Amino acid sequence: MFLHIDHINKQFTNNKVVNDVLVDINLTIREGEFVSILGPSGCGKSTLLSMVAGLSEASSGEIKLEGKTIKKPGKDRGMVFQQAALFPWLNVEENVMFPLRKEMKKKEAKQTARKFLQMVQLSNYAAHYPHELSGGMQQRVAIARALAMNPKMLLMDEPFGALDEQTRARMHAELEKIWIETKKTILFVTHSISESIKLSDRIIVMGTQPGTIIADIKVDLPRPRRFDQKEAIHLEKKINLLLKNEIDKVVKEELSYAANH
Amino acid sequence: MQRIIKQLVFFIILLVAWEGLVRAGGWTPDVMPKPTDVWQALVRGFGDKTLIYDLVASFQRLFIGLLISLMLGIGLGILLAKSKTADETLGSLILALQSVPSIVWLPLAIMWFGLNEKAVIFIVVLGGTLVMTINMRMGIKNVSPLYIRAAQTMGSRGLDLFLKVIFPAAVPYAVTGVRLAWAFAWRALMAGEILSTGPGLGYTLKYASDFGDMSLVIAVMILIGVIGTAVDYAFFQRVEKNVMRRWGLESS
Ligand SMILES: Nc1ncnc2c1ncn2[C@@H]1O[C@H](COP(=O)(O)OP(=O)(O)OP(=O)(O)O)[C@@H](O)[C@H]1O
Ligand SMILES: [Mg+2]
Repeated sequence: MFLHIDHINKQFTNNKVVNDVLVDINLTIREGEFVSILGPSGCGKSTLLSMVAGLSEASSGEIKLEGKTIKKPGKDRGMVFQQAALFPWLNVEENVMFPLRKEMKKKEAKQTARKFLQMVQLSNYAAHYPHELSGGMQQRVAIARALAMNPKMLLMDEPFGALDEQTRARMHAELEKIWIETKKTILFVTHSISESIKLSDRIIVMGTQPGTIIADIKVDLPRPRRFDQKEAIHLEKKINLLLKNEIDKVVKEELSYAANH
Repeated sequence: MQRIIKQLVFFIILLVAWEGLVRAGGWTPDVMPKPTDVWQALVRGFGDKTLIYDLVASFQRLFIGLLISLMLGIGLGILLAKSKTADETLGSLILALQSVPSIVWLPLAIMWFGLNEKAVIFIVVLGGTLVMTINMRMGIKNVSPLYIRAAQTMGSRGLDLFLKVIFPAAVPYAVTGVRLAWAFAWRALMAGEILSTGPGLGYTLKYASDFGDMSLVIAVMILIGVIGTAVDYAFFQRVEKNVMRRWGLESS
């Protein structure tokens, strides 16, 4: 038992209206697993991930990493956001060195940064500034930066959501390679069914209003995966059906809201 | 290039028209000097070095005043951005003071410091500090939460987070603040010098006016305008543009 999410509830209060965003989330992830969290927009995926990151607090319940309760953000969990969040005043190499400043001598940090830039195939861009890179390249730097601090797990919140189709496919291949190379545990948020099937060992499907886990699906397909595999198509249909009910629920609620106002 | 040619043509036409109008109207130089009179005043001023001494003296005051106001502005801006109480109290005072031209403080400044350098520098400091404060505060308040969250996941917090992330992220606003502070300080300096003692560009302007030397008055006016624009254009706009590009804030 590596990561243990135990009876997590999360409420937001807006103008005294209490909104249950996550209800009774229980999830256990083994070391080295690649787990996707899949669900419709607004079901609380980002909220859940930022609680694992320690950036926000649960209303009740607790999250434990290797037996230790998570209370604050820490370098044992590297986070990659939808926007690369690179610091524009630092060049690529300095960005990757950012989390290493305190624990390493400069020379060592430089070497580490080089190593991870190599892993994402951007060694030639070490001296460039973020605004000189494409979106895909920026996201690769962000991944290198998160990996450089040698976290126990990698948290990714729709990291390829802002990229075009071709770039995204390349990033999938690259992430899969990195995962196999580093054996990091990855918790990957997405709302793309095909992305989750392509990448993960397990897909956690979430429903919405309130956010709950509605299915925990093992993906037992050989890698690298292709979308024309029969099993992949079958899986996609199955998840589609699960999500369709959830999306219908949202639409119905919105319609009744519109009718009553 | 296109633009420079247009500007050149425009200014030549302006000078020719000015010269022609004054000649046709038959005004004497003590009422309305011609460009040639102004040119002669400039040559004279630089020839006997008075304008050079004035420039040096003015820039010295400006430099000291601007330096103090930038330090104060950065400090106050950070304070207002970080402390809600300070923002609600001191912040409202600073906003109110912003609508008072700094030169109206001169009578008080002269009472406190005497009719000397210090009074003028005080006016310059007031002129620069307020805009710098307001921009610095905005800069810190507008730091993208994404940067802060990203830095937190990399183990940065407290003072380290402030120095290594929040402050650098606020630099574009700070640069705009410095540019505006320079512009305000330059205006305040000229006003202060006209109303107090020299040497200095503003002082020479008043001195020339007392002696009815309108050629020199216009020469100094032109000098003030040219320096104000040149510094802004050659230095601040360039720095600002570079920073905006690097920080990814360029609109184009
Ligand atoms: N700080 C907040 N205050 C109030 N409500 C919030 C806050 N953050 C999130 N919410 C609400 O919580 C719900 C879940 O938000 P969250 O961002 O986790 O969704 P998501 O599953 O990541 O959606 P998406 O796929 O669009 O990113 C939303 O209904 C949102 O309005
Ligand atoms: Mg989200």
